[in-house]
Amino acid sequence: MLLLRPFSPRSGRRPHVGLSINRWALLALPAIGYLLVFFLVPLIVVSLRSVTEFPRPTTDSLSNYARFFAAEANLRVLANTFWVAAISTIACLAIGYPYAYLMNIVRPRIAGLLLIAVLVPFWSSLLVRTYAWQVILRDTGIVNSFLLDTGVIDEPIPLIRTTLGVILGMSQILLPFMVLPIYTVMRRIDPEYTKAAANLGAPPLSAFLRVFLPLSLPGVLAGALLVFVLALGFYITPALLGGPKDTMISQFIANAVQRGNLDWGIGSAMAVVLMGLTLAILFVASRFVRPQDVFGSLDEGS
Amino acid sequence: MADSWRQPRRLLLLAIGSLTVFFLVAPTLVIVPMSFTASQSLTFPPEGLSLRWYAKMVTDPQWTGGFANSALVAVLTMLLSTVLGTLAALGIVRGRFPGKNGAYALILSPLIVPVIIIAIGMFSLYVRWKVTGSAVGLVLGHTALAVPFVIVNVGTSLRTMDRNLELAAMNLGANPSRTFFRITLPIILPGVVAGALFAFLTSWDEVVVAIFLTTTRFRTLPVEMWEQVRQVVDPTVAAVSTTLLAVTTTLLLLILVVRRQTPVR
Repeated sequence: MLLLRPFSPRSGRRPHVGLSINRWALLALPAIGYLLVFFLVPLIVVSLRSVTEFPRPTTDSLSNYARFFAAEANLRVLANTFWVAAISTIACLAIGYPYAYLMNIVRPRIAGLLLIAVLVPFWSSLLVRTYAWQVILRDTGIVNSFLLDTGVIDEPIPLIRTTLGVILGMSQILLPFMVLPIYTVMRRIDPEYTKAAANLGAPPLSAFLRVFLPLSLPGVLAGALLVFVLALGFYITPALLGGPKDTMISQFIANAVQRGNLDWGIGSAMAVVLMGLTLAILFVASRFVRPQDVFGSLDEGS
Repeated sequence: MADSWRQPRRLLLLAIGSLTVFFLVAPTLVIVPMSFTASQSLTFPPEGLSLRWYAKMVTDPQWTGGFANSALVAVLTMLLSTVLGTLAALGIVRGRFPGKNGAYALILSPLIVPVIIIAIGMFSLYVRWKVTGSAVGLVLGHTALAVPFVIVNVGTSLRTMDRNLELAAMNLGANPSRTFFRITLPIILPGVVAGALFAFLTSWDEVVVAIFLTTTRFRTLPVEMWEQVRQVVDPTVAAVSTTLLAVTTTLLLLILVVRRQTPVR
């Protein structure tokens, strides 16, 4: 059980009518109060700053949003964020699905090792992993110096400060979030189904496509949702591996409020837009994806 | 199923598996040998072996200060979030109250809200409370990020434990608090310890909130690294990275061992 397993508040209990509270409930209060004060209030403060702080006095409380959406460069940042998140999600799916499939069919001991290969990177520092990519991709990095030394190229090929670099780093960092939900759902699929399909004469490929793949889709959706939403908020990786063209929303927000700019109005407005997009995607997805497939999947699978 | 595999398919899957493991693990591991380089620059393979960058790491006050600050913040975060999270897990798993789904959504939301928004929000508020640039502010912030991990880990242990043991203790005359400390807590302890270690790791590796809540006078290790990797090419960063990886791996193995101790299942 390495990370998350759902304990659905509803599971295993009969629905009850009216306002019933038992004494155990009191124990949840400190944490709920804590998160309200130290987590939720900060988010509310950001929302308020976006409609109350302006570089120049104005009566239009939405002027920060107007300012953001008026500039084409800002819209490019938004579009680029979606683009990079989408490509990273597709890359993670293309690599993660076969890997989860492999984990599901090998012997438990090997599956355990494959799982550790996912979990150790998953919990390793994101900054360290991004730094490693920087060391590999930069002009004097491992790839370029190897290619230069062997005479394949005469001058370094641009790998760092490119979209390719950002996507490489982000896909590698986000891959566990794709593999774990898919693997959890695959483990729940009864092997008898594919056997039955084979017994009824389905060739392996069509047994996979018609039986196994549809049954694994909840995991795919959960993984894709998780990767996409997390990718939208990436900051460190695009900042270290991308060029000016690869700026993502989070970098925009950080730049706006930091030394030199201190434009909290537009930074907070952008934060509200990013939060709104994230919540909207989660809301729409909640009709298709069960929360326990998203949050409950990152599991040792014991 | 394994025996029905045809050879080419087996080879293909094997190739996919090894390539993916390579992609997941190898890029990060390259910095381990590079951190032992004797030269001024990072090269692979390293030019000569030495511990000079590790020596710099443990003597340079910037790095040693970062280590001390990170450890302090991570330990305090671990303590605070373990207490809050263990209580909350009991409340969520066993409690009955209106709005429980909403409460659970609030508890999980720090995992999904983009961290930059959390960071600038905490900065806005904590600066008014004058707790930025100190361990206090960072512990307050990191605890919000770490509590969900404790709740989920302890919740799992609680869901899977056999509550008849508690009933038996009560029937034998133990009062509720004695039952909790002598029966419930020992049974869920592996979940509590795993949650605590995850909470430690969450704080220990956290960068973005830390960038906003620290100052040049109080910096954690990841923030120090972040400042360095954007400016200079100093192999000390590789030594620090290797140390961070070693800490993470050790704690994870510890969690795996602890989790095996779960008395139920």
